[in-house]
Amino acid sequence: MKVLAAMSGGVDSAVAAARAVEAGHDVVGVHLALSRMPGTLRTGSRGCCTVEDSNDAWRACDKLGIPFYVWDFSDRFAEDVVQDFVDEYEAGRTPNPCMRCNEKIKFAALLEKALALGFDAVCTGHYAKVLRDENGAPELHRAADWAKDQSYVLGVLTHEQLEHCMFPLAETPSKAEVRAEAAARGLTVANKPDSYDICFIPDGDTRGWLAERIEMKPGEIVDHEGNALGEHEGAQAFTVGQRKGLRLGRPASDGKPRFVLEIRPKENKVIVGPEALLAVDQLRGIRISWAGVPIAEIFTGEKFDCMVQVRAHGDPVEAVAHMERSADGRDELVVNLPEGMRGVAPGQTMVVYQGSRVLGQATLDSARSSAWDSEKVK
Amino acid sequence: MNTSAVYLDHAATTDLNPAALAAITEQYSRTGNPSSLHGAGRSANRVVDESRQAVAIAAGAHPSELIFTSGGTESDNLAIKGLFWNRVAANDQARTIALTGIEHHAVLDTAMWLEEHENATLLWLPVDGDGVIDLAAAATLFAEHHQKIALATLMWANNEVGTVQPVAAFARLAAGYGIPVHSDAVQAFGAVEVDFANSNLATMAISAHKIGGPVGIGGLLVRRDIVLTPVQHGGGHERKLRSGTLNAASAAGFAAAATAVRAHLKDEATRLSQLREYAVQRITELVPEAQFNGPRDAGNEGTRLPGNLHFTFPECEGDSLLFLLDMVGIASSTGSACTAGVPQPSHVLLAMGRDARSARSVQRFTLGHTSTRADVDALIEALPQAYARAKKAGMAADESSIHTAGTGFTR
Repeated sequence: MKVLAAMSGGVDSAVAAARAVEAGHDVVGVHLALSRMPGTLRTGSRGCCTVEDSNDAWRACDKLGIPFYVWDFSDRFAEDVVQDFVDEYEAGRTPNPCMRCNEKIKFAALLEKALALGFDAVCTGHYAKVLRDENGAPELHRAADWAKDQSYVLGVLTHEQLEHCMFPLAETPSKAEVRAEAAARGLTVANKPDSYDICFIPDGDTRGWLAERIEMKPGEIVDHEGNALGEHEGAQAFTVGQRKGLRLGRPASDGKPRFVLEIRPKENKVIVGPEALLAVDQLRGIRISWAGVPIAEIFTGEKFDCMVQVRAHGDPVEAVAHMERSADGRDELVVNLPEGMRGVAPGQTMVVYQGSRVLGQATLDSARSSAWDSEKVK
Repeated sequence: MNTSAVYLDHAATTDLNPAALAAITEQYSRTGNPSSLHGAGRSANRVVDESRQAVAIAAGAHPSELIFTSGGTESDNLAIKGLFWNRVAANDQARTIALTGIEHHAVLDTAMWLEEHENATLLWLPVDGDGVIDLAAAATLFAEHHQKIALATLMWANNEVGTVQPVAAFARLAAGYGIPVHSDAVQAFGAVEVDFANSNLATMAISAHKIGGPVGIGGLLVRRDIVLTPVQHGGGHERKLRSGTLNAASAAGFAAAATAVRAHLKDEATRLSQLREYAVQRITELVPEAQFNGPRDAGNEGTRLPGNLHFTFPECEGDSLLFLLDMVGIASSTGSACTAGVPQPSHVLLAMGRDARSARSVQRFTLGHTSTRADVDALIEALPQAYARAKKAGMAADESSIHTAGTGFTR
């Protein structure tokens, strides 16, 4: 196959490309330029698309004896990922920009360009598996190493996208093995630190970064019974489940810490309350996609058992889900949680699993709690 | 040999001239610092002196006017900073640098650095759609601002679109107001007639590796009456303008290449411009959408670099086309190699009035002393299919047609 290896400059994508070459594919390395004004050097585990990252990717490709190019996707990234991130926060939701990047950049803009230029697949260093069912249709599964598994951030991929994905690190027992393999292959990135945080916020100060882009106005912080507790500097800077940074002068009557339960950007109001009220038992999702051929229940509307995960490194929770069509004809994925779940925020992605298989995902639109009816708070 | 079977990027760098390679190798086998006073030093110094003379003759200059540098970028820095600082020392009010938007980054970024750190003011001189300076507009701007202008700069020939500027007329105009003019002649030197003595220029930058000499050596021609403030201090080499031990081997290679291009300049310009014209005709026949940028110069009138071909291929990314051609062994460029790493829309095309979108859809093919008809034929054969495919890959700024959750995909 003709394979385009997306090379971040990190160790995972370098080893993934090496394995694709070794498997006999005709591989070309491409580094995506996602910012027009990249920093020159990395700062520890932060930052992205630096000249240093590009050079690291280049050196890895030289070592593998494959061509290397830098392709500019900065316009699309600015619109589909960065602006989307700002818009979502502005609307009081908590987005996952890495998922959006996979959905819109790596496996859409890049994939489309790759296919048009004659490639058959895009290869990345993600820890996830693409398996084939008895009809040859692709299925997305968790990686062999569940601790490193990244199927969550790929949960947004559709059948069409999965047809052209290659994840050579799928069966790797651990990250340590990938580093050892990189060292053995003479790749200079073997000991490069992993990337954390959001690549386009290099100093890691998400709140400060958002404050420069969203007009923040002081507003009210109220408790779960509607009592005014204090002021905040802008509702959009908060996330459901957040405990630190509320700056409430007086402690709660029970002496326990308070958590953000809800953000209402229209009213510029932040609602806080005790931890117990973070528990929700029903999630409703929109913006749904299925990772491969959907299971039968998706079409019939019948209930099905599954596991649901709402953040990249969160634990999956047992659930019973079904599809519903709302009055306005919109498809919704309804997920009931017998054991409940804590601190989920609208905008988060809920990825639905059966065993190791990713069925699909939806964006959390609303969550209901039997412990507390937020609509009573005015 | 190049690893690309068909090398069409001679403006980035060109094949080393065999005579240059021989001269370099010979000198590297000897020991001697040209500044030393013993026999080995004198021997090295003789090589430097002879090389200085040969390069100066090729550029139409007196040997004493040639300062050896590490290359075009250093020469541009020394000329612009050196002229600016010297002029400002004499007249604190003269802090304006007049320049065009089509200059090389070595000039642009140096001027912008002075703007940011040394309180310089930039005066932009307009160019037309072919990238040629508007002399009438420059005359008006000089008349209005001349008391504040420290220097003006105009590149002799553009590295991207190949436009050759009326440098002598421009420098004469500036001289009428006492304004010194620098020119980056890195692309022009060795390709078209460059005569420093008759150019009215104060300073002029040249480079060895663009003409078949080694990378890492260039020159700045500094007219004898011009005083520059040095950027690099040390042992006082090169009229105290550029301290640092002279590289006798590279100087010898530079001289051999300069002598060779001077001997064949007219014939080579005719040969390359004919090859270029053949390519333009065939490419515009086979890819009718292709737009040729810069002066056409069909009869080799000297308005364009003889070996430069530059096209806009509408609705396709320059990097897609570069990739597809590279895959079949043809080396081309989307612009200057300096932006390698992070692609940017060409500032030259933007200055010529193109929009950012079409400025991304360009491809440069440059011929040099080793180029043949077969090279051009290989390009002509590969280009139509590559263009069709690159166009299909679309523009990176456009939304992908792959359906996802966000574009209404549900099942």
